[in-house]
Amino acid sequence: MIEARGVQKSYPGRPVLRGVDLAVQEGETMAVIGGSGCGKSTFLKCVIGLVRPDSGSITVDGTDITRLTREADVAAYRRRFGYLFQEAALFDSLSVWENVSFGLRYLTSLPPSRFRAIAKDKLALVGLKDVEDLRPSELSGGMKKRVALARAIAAEPSYILYDEPTTGLDPIMSDVINDLILDLQKALNTTAIVVTHDMKSAYKVASRIAMIHEGRVLAADRPEAIKATKDPYVRQFVDGLSQGPIKMKLKEFEPETVEGGAR
Amino acid sequence: MSGPAFKIGLVEDFGREAMAVSESVGRFTFLVRSSLTWMLRAPIEWRQVLIQMMRIGVESLPVTTMTTFFTGMVLALQTGASSKHFFNEPLFVGTVVSFAMVMELAPVMTALVVSGRAGAAIAAELGTMKVTEQIDALYTLGTDPVRYLVIPRVLAFLMVLPLLTVVADFSGTFGGWVVAYIKLGIPSSVYTSDIFDNMEIRHFMHGFLKTFVFAGIISFISCFKGITTTGGAEGVGKSTTAAVVLSMASVLVIDYFVTAILSAVGIT
Repeated sequence: MIEARGVQKSYPGRPVLRGVDLAVQEGETMAVIGGSGCGKSTFLKCVIGLVRPDSGSITVDGTDITRLTREADVAAYRRRFGYLFQEAALFDSLSVWENVSFGLRYLTSLPPSRFRAIAKDKLALVGLKDVEDLRPSELSGGMKKRVALARAIAAEPSYILYDEPTTGLDPIMSDVINDLILDLQKALNTTAIVVTHDMKSAYKVASRIAMIHEGRVLAADRPEAIKATKDPYVRQFVDGLSQGPIKMKLKEFEPETVEGGAR
Repeated sequence: MSGPAFKIGLVEDFGREAMAVSESVGRFTFLVRSSLTWMLRAPIEWRQVLIQMMRIGVESLPVTTMTTFFTGMVLALQTGASSKHFFNEPLFVGTVVSFAMVMELAPVMTALVVSGRAGAAIAAELGTMKVTEQIDALYTLGTDPVRYLVIPRVLAFLMVLPLLTVVADFSGTFGGWVVAYIKLGIPSSVYTSDIFDNMEIRHFMHGFLKTFVFAGIISFISCFKGITTTGGAEGVGKSTTAAVVLSMASVLVIDYFVTAILSAVGIT
């Protein structure tokens, strides 16, 4: 179980998370939705310990990551997670199978002689065959995501964190990735958080959906309840409307009104 | 902006810069300390060290050899011309070329060339890894960028730069001989006796020991600039430039102090 309480994080001059409270139950797939820059990816990085919150707690199976100070403890905490990065983050200098098996060396005590076979199995699990010796630069966007997914599940984590798994993919490939997420949940029986702004993906893969807006969780409920919500903020986001309580500037810059003449 | 406001602005700017510099120095020190801790605590990634030795050493060898060869040539030409002017014949060309190469020019020029070539490549590679989240991926896959990326590069630099410098010692001295023999008409026996009658092992060690300091400086600065990159492709460009400029400047500045220390302890 993942339980976040009052998680706050600011970057210089910019608060990102202003007190996120969210609990993800065992076996659940929680989709975290929200507009660009709302802090959902930062939250995911706080969960795995890549970003340290300024305050609040994130407890996973009784361990609070915010209280861990020794590198070895943080590393041990991270072992339970698989993380799918938004842009796949495959290592350019390694082949596909070396990428997939990379974590096995550090996260497991398996003999290196088995790495290639395991990589092949995990690649088969995400629907890829005969790509083991290719380089990441030779793969399409969808294939990169799949390889990254195979890498994230290679060491058989208890939790999988997906950072925008369908961003940048065509609609069909997006749906293929959604199916893969569902299949993996069934096959591996993991708990997952899927950060996305793709509502179709959220409805399909999630057992619950939480919406973050301005650094706080606005709502967390089952997909059907989110679909039928009357909350104007959530409504606007799930319907994808430009008009509503969530103000998006048409232009990021506005001409400044200068008092007392020109500077 | 009027007088007082302008002054406050200046103080603020200075303060901000000073804060940024001290933060960078702190983080750099932390990187060095963390590297030393990892070296003692975890097995070294020897495969990565070998790969880096190939990239830093073998691939730099042609350019460092050629550069120092021509430096030796020009040194011989200048020394010959000067001594002809004063003494009417080229004297001690072998001594000047070999001492200058072995004690100063080969270590410094090799360090500068390698920092421009391999240091820039390291900063660009690690910078790209940082902005494409590959460094974060290392953490999520159970390792640490210091262990997997920094230590192999630092070790490779420490092993390869001294070797490149030894080759540069020979190529520079050989370049000097080419000019001395062909252009200045100095017999080979005179050129070699000029070298070996005067040079002792401590002269060689003076230059050789410096290279370890240079290797540490270049590798740590390049890795540091790489893994602290922010701001996408533009950030990678800035980090790469900063890595090269800072490495080169540091090599030249620290060379003076290392020379002073080595001289003080009698290795000169």
